[in-house]
Amino acid sequence: MITRVPLIALVAVAATALSASAFAQDTIKIGELNSYKSQPAFLEPYKHGIELAVDEINKSGGVLGKKLEVISRDDGGNPGDAVRVAEELVTREGVNILAGTFLSNVGLAVTEYAGKNKVFFLAAEPLTDKITWQNGNKYTYRLRSSTYMQVAMLMPDIVAAKKKRWALVYPNFEYGQSAVEAFKKLLKEKQPDAEIVTEQAPPLGKVDAGAVAQAIDDAKPDAIFNVLFGPDLAKFVREGNTRGTFQNRFVASLLSGEPEYIDPLRDEAPVGWLVTGYPWYAIATPEHKAFLDAYQARFHDYPRLGSVVGYVTIKSIAAGITKAGSTDTDKLIVAFENLKVDSPFGPFVYRASDHQATMGAYVGKTALKDGKPVMVEFKYVDGAAVLPPDDEVKKLRPAGG
Amino acid sequence: MTVQSLLFQAIDGLAAASGLFFVAAGLSLIFGVTRIVNIAHGSLYMLGTYVAATIALRFEGALGFWGGVILTAALIGLFGAVIEIVLLRRIYRAPELFQLLATFALVLIINDAALWIWGPEDLLGPRAPGLRGAIEVLGRRLPTYNVFLIVIGPLVLLILHLALAKTRFGRLVRAATQDREMVGALGVNQGLLFTSVFALGSLLAGLGGALQVAREPASLLTDLIVISDAFVVVVVGGMGSITGAYLAAVIIAEVKALCISIGTASIAGVAFNFSKLTLVAEFLVMAVVLIVRPHGLLGRRQTVMRSLAEPEEPLRPAPAALKAVGAGVVVALALTPLLARSQPYVLVLGIDVLLMVLFATSLHFIMGPGGMHSFGHAAYFGLGAYGAGLLVKWFAATMPFGLVAAPILALLGALLFGWFAVRLSGVYLAMLTLAFAQIVWSIATQWGELTGGSNGILGIWPSAPFDIRSAFFLLTAALTLLGVLLLRRLLFAPFGYAMRAGRDSQLRAEAIGIDVRRVHWIGFAIAGAVAGVAGGLFAFAKGSISPETIDVGRSIDALVMVLLGGIQTLTGPIVGASVFAVLQDTVMRQTEYWRALLGAIILALVLLFPAGIVGGLARLRLRLVRP
Repeated sequence: MITRVPLIALVAVAATALSASAFAQDTIKIGELNSYKSQPAFLEPYKHGIELAVDEINKSGGVLGKKLEVISRDDGGNPGDAVRVAEELVTREGVNILAGTFLSNVGLAVTEYAGKNKVFFLAAEPLTDKITWQNGNKYTYRLRSSTYMQVAMLMPDIVAAKKKRWALVYPNFEYGQSAVEAFKKLLKEKQPDAEIVTEQAPPLGKVDAGAVAQAIDDAKPDAIFNVLFGPDLAKFVREGNTRGTFQNRFVASLLSGEPEYIDPLRDEAPVGWLVTGYPWYAIATPEHKAFLDAYQARFHDYPRLGSVVGYVTIKSIAAGITKAGSTDTDKLIVAFENLKVDSPFGPFVYRASDHQATMGAYVGKTALKDGKPVMVEFKYVDGAAVLPPDDEVKKLRPAGG
Repeated sequence: MTVQSLLFQAIDGLAAASGLFFVAAGLSLIFGVTRIVNIAHGSLYMLGTYVAATIALRFEGALGFWGGVILTAALIGLFGAVIEIVLLRRIYRAPELFQLLATFALVLIINDAALWIWGPEDLLGPRAPGLRGAIEVLGRRLPTYNVFLIVIGPLVLLILHLALAKTRFGRLVRAATQDREMVGALGVNQGLLFTSVFALGSLLAGLGGALQVAREPASLLTDLIVISDAFVVVVVGGMGSITGAYLAAVIIAEVKALCISIGTASIAGVAFNFSKLTLVAEFLVMAVVLIVRPHGLLGRRQTVMRSLAEPEEPLRPAPAALKAVGAGVVVALALTPLLARSQPYVLVLGIDVLLMVLFATSLHFIMGPGGMHSFGHAAYFGLGAYGAGLLVKWFAATMPFGLVAAPILALLGALLFGWFAVRLSGVYLAMLTLAFAQIVWSIATQWGELTGGSNGILGIWPSAPFDIRSAFFLLTAALTLLGVLLLRRLLFAPFGYAMRAGRDSQLRAEAIGIDVRRVHWIGFAIAGAVAGVAGGLFAFAKGSISPETIDVGRSIDALVMVLLGGIQTLTGPIVGASVFAVLQDTVMRQTEYWRALLGAIILALVLLFPAGIVGGLARLRLRLVRP
């Protein structure tokens, strides 16, 4: 049952491996992997953000006098492929810095790989708390505000709304579960008399929107906490609008103010929802203005939140290498502790205690302006303000480091 | 939850049922006549949503929307005809199921084409003009568009039913569904019939997609979601039965609506969230229906189909040359760790290739010589991986124990599922195995307390001395070799002959005293156990295991590898798996549109080697030897 073709295959592998080993000494390579094919709406702008950051850095002389080179790979959207891609970047391309990932479970698998193989990993987008807490390790840092942070940012307004009966709707995978867990915990602490009247957990990407919106309406809640995003969100909003599910109800919704998720809804976008998001059109700070102008000049398109994440991921790594004075893994890990980075959202740091960045998010209400969805009455919430203190975090990180 | 809310959800469910019915009806027609398992049917549906949304956004108003729906259906129908004429017609004479490969390639290409044309963001079309509001039913608001869907579904069913019952075209379709060869022998132009059926099926998919525009955004994720739903509906209803498809669509939509409206309920004091069941509900329904009614609700037992392909040659022991090549490969594998000193990635990819070889060979064992086309082989790969992972997670076991547990759990799963599966044949067997695989997948996804849910199980690393890559590679190579040789040996043992006899003629095999079901059952279990070994090794190679690793995509990958290599040869799965794994790894690095490129390469291979790569090479050699 054995033929010559596997031989040919092995030879082909060897040949491609050899041809790629040409190694330029005057560049610093960063291995980047993400679910480009399975989550394109977020990740195309993200890739643009990366390109912009790499250009800016290289035009101003690079890092430690060397040019930055990002090698991007598709991680296949699942943990098994992602680990192989990570191994490929490390063993074939010879990188010792990994960055990227979107889905929480993929991010966790790469976190695990990085810890085991002692490779530096900056998780860009995956939101689950486990990456920095339960499953956190010495080699992994994370940029985006975690689900806990996002929920905590909404909490003051949720408590102020004084709603008793809550309905929850979330995609049934790590991100949704982890958001709802944080919500329940915080609600119980801050408003012990609130109760949860229904909980809908449709599968990711397959929400039966009409039935879900109806079931929520039937439960007669005072308020709804939503974690759906992408096509699920669009379906849910359309059905809910037709059925009056959102009428006279307070809705708090994670990520729904991000342009990649709310813009496709156009004039049907919900009004008056409390959301976290990115109002790029109305952020007046000089650092954001500079980013916005550079981005629009280059891509003739407005940035999405993904653009900011991609941009800041690269800027963070550049700042880390500069501070470490080398790309040595151990030095880089130390350099990232309390590393200060300037981002379009203003300066933030990577906490030494749990390796979580304090880059915050914008919290506001959704509205319509000229038939387009926007965020109004928004404010920037610093991540540091919603993270638990260091001694509490220590207990959450069994592996420590 | 009140009786009224349940009743309302039930009415609402009928709208969802209509949507399911359109896709399923087209798929059922196409399969009934051409016997093509058209995986690209969901892609046609997806194209329908994009085209209709684009038209409706460009030309606003009632004409833009409703005219767009009709135009879209026509365009997608035309596109289907083109696919049939340009591509599928060339490979009707290939071994059965081979056309599946071509449609798989189309899925990849169409998805990337849609990304290129419409961009990554979801495209939300307008609401239906004239049907934006809602009417009051049972004190709740039922969208008028849903009322329209509830009516249009049965209407299309009636039209199709009349067309099939009363027209000449309909009679031909029914005749071809029952006995295609006979229809051909009676002088019916089969080419025209196939093209028109394929076009009609595609038109229905396009119509279904276009009508969803008012409810949901066009998204690149819909193709695979829709195809799995459509298969379930078709099989539950009975292949080729349009009325059955509608009935099945209603049942499945209603079960889902019920799960959602119950929400969280407490059973014997334990709170259970029924809304999480929607993921698995349709597959549970399918498994139950197929076990009770093996040919679906309204399906009939199908006549034995003589394949259009040339009859398969008997298996022969390996000639000396092949043995020499085999020995060469073994030596090359043993020496690979030396090469890896300078090229460490060779080991990483090598392990993946070997695992896929073992996995594909185990599928081929039941699919080729066993004649059991399992569409859910990922279940046993997954059981193996989870068997190893769970032991490590809950009992802190080391790798040797994990690797023993892997095939045992897979074997038990295969024994259980196989017992039901071998009672069916053909596409019903394929779909029952798929249902079982989806049930395993859903358990892995939903039973978070045990399996870690969507995160899976992390931290499954090999123990010393295999924590060094080269050692793990050699272990993988040794186990793969052992597995492949064992399966090969079995095929040349009396057991293997009995299994093949059962495939070729059940009646004759039983007449000479072979208990065909039992032999096939044992074969199924052995293949499952071997796939479990591959799964266990996979978990240790990646350090983690999660539900995506065992979803329907992995089952399809396995089918593709077997078909690509050539189902009628024993070396086929080895070659197919190696080529596919290396190709995927290489292509993923090359271009942004790697899926389209992979699809194009598979399409080229399909057209060049209609008997698979090894089959094609063998024929080439025959032609050279005997001019």
